[in-house]
Amino acid sequence: MKTTLARLGGVYLLPVAIGIFTLFLIPTSTWLTLTIAGLAMGMMIFLMASGLSLIFGLMDVLNFGHSAFVSFGAFIAASVLAALSSWVSGGSAALNIAALLLAVAAATTFGAAAGWFFERVVVKPVYKDHLRQILVTMGALIVAEQLILAIWGGVPIAVPRPAVLEGSILIGNVAIETYRVFAFLLGLAVYVAMYLVLRRTRIGLLIRAGVENREMVEALGFRIDRLFIGVFMAGSALAAMGGAMWAGYQALITPTLGAEMMILVFIVVIIGGLGSIEGSLLGAIMVGLTANYVAFLMPKMALASNMILMMAILLWRPYGLKPAVQK
Amino acid sequence: MSAGGSILRLDDVHTDIGQYRILHGVSLDVPEGGVHVLLGRNGAGKTTTLRTIMGLWRARSGAIVFRHHDITAMATPDIARLGIAYVPENMGIFGGLTVEENMRLASNDGSFDKGRLDRIFALFPAMQKFWDKPAHALSGGQKQMLAISRAILERRDLILIDEPTKGLAPSIIRAMIDAFREIAKETTILLVEQNFLFARSLGATVAVIDDGRIVHTGPMAELAADEALQTRLLSLSLEAHQ
Repeated sequence: MKTTLARLGGVYLLPVAIGIFTLFLIPTSTWLTLTIAGLAMGMMIFLMASGLSLIFGLMDVLNFGHSAFVSFGAFIAASVLAALSSWVSGGSAALNIAALLLAVAAATTFGAAAGWFFERVVVKPVYKDHLRQILVTMGALIVAEQLILAIWGGVPIAVPRPAVLEGSILIGNVAIETYRVFAFLLGLAVYVAMYLVLRRTRIGLLIRAGVENREMVEALGFRIDRLFIGVFMAGSALAAMGGAMWAGYQALITPTLGAEMMILVFIVVIIGGLGSIEGSLLGAIMVGLTANYVAFLMPKMALASNMILMMAILLWRPYGLKPAVQK
Repeated sequence: MSAGGSILRLDDVHTDIGQYRILHGVSLDVPEGGVHVLLGRNGAGKTTTLRTIMGLWRARSGAIVFRHHDITAMATPDIARLGIAYVPENMGIFGGLTVEENMRLASNDGSFDKGRLDRIFALFPAMQKFWDKPAHALSGGQKQMLAISRAILERRDLILIDEPTKGLAPSIIRAMIDAFREIAKETTILLVEQNFLFARSLGATVAVIDDGRIVHTGPMAELAADEALQTRLLSLSLEAHQ
């Protein structure tokens, strides 16, 4: 039985099981809409969580400031979209998409640059000291949130969504929001790119090895500190990209957006297993689906449901569903 | 150990771990070529000596010279790139990677020299058999073979090996002895061991460490032939625990 399940996909069957179970509780057309919403939400959380998971896994750094990159990504994207309002609201689909891609690119570039600064100035002095990591990264998060307040103010900001991604695609009586489909496809493309880098390149091999045993990678002659900077920058850039996409999804953003998302991001990292991209994707999809299904069935239980999901998985698999390090 | 033609020299090396001093002035010459053994009880400082040589723990004082390079304060990757390979006690295998990927990490440019790979497969046929399998699925002995294969994939001048026989079956240990004899034809091996029978069958020279100090050095044959000396040196562990 166990072998058959493993052959069929093992833990990858879990999101399918969640989907099938809820299909009995929710009308089919609503279920389809919720499933697409859950997948899109999952992909955006995956963008935010995958970098944090790698940073945890490779560098053993508890970065509570990760959400600052999410928030900055959201606000930078909102500003770029506002500046390109004629492209965003114009009739050209190409300009609509170009505006969104530019906004995402600006957020991602900022995330990478800010990640470099953050690693060098805030994180590097506290490697191997978890307590100080928590304190300084929390402190940096507060500073970052205040910076956002100073730059963009405390009033919620409306995020213009490109006209071509407004509205829904109707398939029968099922309405699927266009933006969610775009977010899902973008997340999927990023996952495939990350998978290829990690599985098919030497740098990816080094990262996977470093997640398991940093010291041995150094003993083989590789400078792990250079990998640290690269991974931190990539992780921060992905968080900012996730924030940019989330801004378009929410349509109204506040400086605490990142901090609010971090609960789900940490759940995903813990469920998936530290340092694992596959685990982050699996966890994010499960969290996205669960949040949407439960929000429909029992709205007050939406966040609690993911906490319960995390506890159940940790009781079953203490190291997460797909930990990078084989225990 | 011998003073002439040494590949590695430790001179009055002191190493602290946290607030504890583990090495209290280790001085050691490792001659070039062959297998040289560092013997000692648990906690005597054998592993600390190897880790200090690799720069994984820093020497507080003293000097470590590899060929003509002072490596005392060098970073671990730089030490490795000088031609020193390290096989830790826990083998340092990347369980989530395949055997091939583990080996590829040890290659200078990510590619394999067919001649050297064939030699490794001749020494350890299991490596060829499990080439594309994840390393966590290997047995303890096979993991040790992988760790050693990784260390000899490229030409190294010195290999530091920490207790390779720990927990292995006698048949695997016999295979290891043959493999080490073959490897020692081109590379110097500094072997840390507690298993005197294994060490005796391989070592050209021996150093005995106790409480962070070298208490004996000399040819292995001399120690193997002198039962009184063996009793005195190898009972240090008993005295230390009494």
